[in-house]
Amino acid sequence: MISFDNVSKRYPNRREALSNVSFSIGAGEMVFLTGRSGAGKSTVLKLIALLERPTRGTVMVNGTNTGTLPSRKIPAFRRQIGVVFQDHKLLMDRPVYDNVALPLIVADTPLREIDKRVRASLDQVGLRDKERALPSELSVGEQQRVGIARAVITKPRILIADEPTGNLDPELAMEIMRVFKRFQEVGVAVLVASHDTHLIDQFGQREIVLDDGTLLSAGIAVSGEPFRISATAPPMPELPNIEARR
Amino acid sequence: MSTWIARHVQALLGALGRLARMPLATVLTVVVIGVALAIPVALALVVQNARVATGDFRNAIDFTVHFKLGTPLARAEQLARKLRQRPGIDTVIVTPAAQALQEFRRNSGFGEALAALQDNPLPHHLLVRPLPEHSTPTEVESLRRYLTAWPEVDIVQLDSDWVRRFNAILDVLRRGLWGGMVVLGLGVLAVVGNTIRLEIQNRRAEIEVTKLVGGSNAFVRRPFLYTGVLYGLGGAGLAALLIWGGVEYLGQSVAALATQYGSKFSLAGLTWRDTGTLVAIGAILGWFGALISTGRHLRRIEPRA
Repeated sequence: MISFDNVSKRYPNRREALSNVSFSIGAGEMVFLTGRSGAGKSTVLKLIALLERPTRGTVMVNGTNTGTLPSRKIPAFRRQIGVVFQDHKLLMDRPVYDNVALPLIVADTPLREIDKRVRASLDQVGLRDKERALPSELSVGEQQRVGIARAVITKPRILIADEPTGNLDPELAMEIMRVFKRFQEVGVAVLVASHDTHLIDQFGQREIVLDDGTLLSAGIAVSGEPFRISATAPPMPELPNIEARR
Repeated sequence: MSTWIARHVQALLGALGRLARMPLATVLTVVVIGVALAIPVALALVVQNARVATGDFRNAIDFTVHFKLGTPLARAEQLARKLRQRPGIDTVIVTPAAQALQEFRRNSGFGEALAALQDNPLPHHLLVRPLPEHSTPTEVESLRRYLTAWPEVDIVQLDSDWVRRFNAILDVLRRGLWGGMVVLGLGVLAVVGNTIRLEIQNRRAEIEVTKLVGGSNAFVRRPFLYTGVLYGLGGAGLAALLIWGGVEYLGQSVAALATQYGSKFSLAGLTWRDTGTLVAIGAILGWFGALISTGRHLRRIEPRA
């Protein structure tokens, strides 16, 4: 689902955030992306969500080379990926329902379908009774779950999360991670950037470790087999016909 | 298709709601647009009404033919009869010198001074009015030459010279009006564009999130375009109201003034068709201003993780 092949990223301020990083993540895998602050975790997520393009190397996401994708196709590309942020990025003046529905609204999904899927998404994160509440009326953990519901409403095959438990107490953090685990169990590739080693250890999933923009370890697959970097990644499934879906 | 319509209705209602939530800013913007649209339209109406008013005068290009002193009245009447036979002549009125003096005495206020005169200093004269369809400059000039050629005639006075000059001034005004319309139209674009720019800045976070979840530029642009159209419609509606109010306010006074000059002229306002055109122009200007602004500013906003 995701592969990085010798990817480097240099920002306009000349800082090289990633240097020759290669790894692959297959469908239905849950992977933690770890490393200290400034290690390059956020840059990896930005490259996957096409918020940035690689300076060198190839980033393939769901069969799409993000380095060569025309700008006009970026919105459709982003609709295939669920993204969860540490600061939730919710629209604070809109109720939970509208926040969760946003990815479907921008995709011109029929209203009846939106209604059905918003309720299903909120059910999945246990917030069905909060759909009329404003985000400011929710706890931090609930706001994070709204962010997750929004990320998964388009039924993405890839879910990425940037420090999703950063502001949460251990109990809430565990609850959020269990939500991610449930999506992994239904075949979604989940990549969670986190530096909470205690939490990561509890889940025992594969870890990709970055340090100062370089790859220290691409981790061990859940099966216990050493995970081989890039070249032996599982074959990519066919990219869904984006235009037809629109 | 129904989803597409629903999205547009949603964007329209959203734009309406946002405008309603900041009434003072909305009203001020609409007033500025309304005044900017009303000024050229009002000027156009002034020119149009002036043309109509002087059109009456154009149909009455009168010559006053003054005979030389001592010309017998019978000769003046004979020439008048001859003139009536000429094609293109509407009316010929003979005013004998005695009648002219009487009228002058009555209207001028110099009655006592005139009584002291031993002889009548005024000549007989004719008032000649050509038919409207024979009032082209060439025909009028031809008639003037014909009248001047009579040996009994002292002066041929064409009373409509000022009308011609006035119409020339209106022509200049009409041309200037187009320039004014373009400048004020650009002003409307600037007002709408700047208002939309501020709104884009205020909603930067929302735009970022929308793009982050896959919203295209077209989707993000949609509510701003509706906002621009609503500003344009509001401004044009206000401009139409201002014009209507102005015409109502001045209408009676102008009609009374026209009556003093024996004219049935009444001030014409905007027709329904004119109003429709004004509203359409307002909407198009609003839409275009918003399109320019969103084109410039939305592209610069990209989501940040």
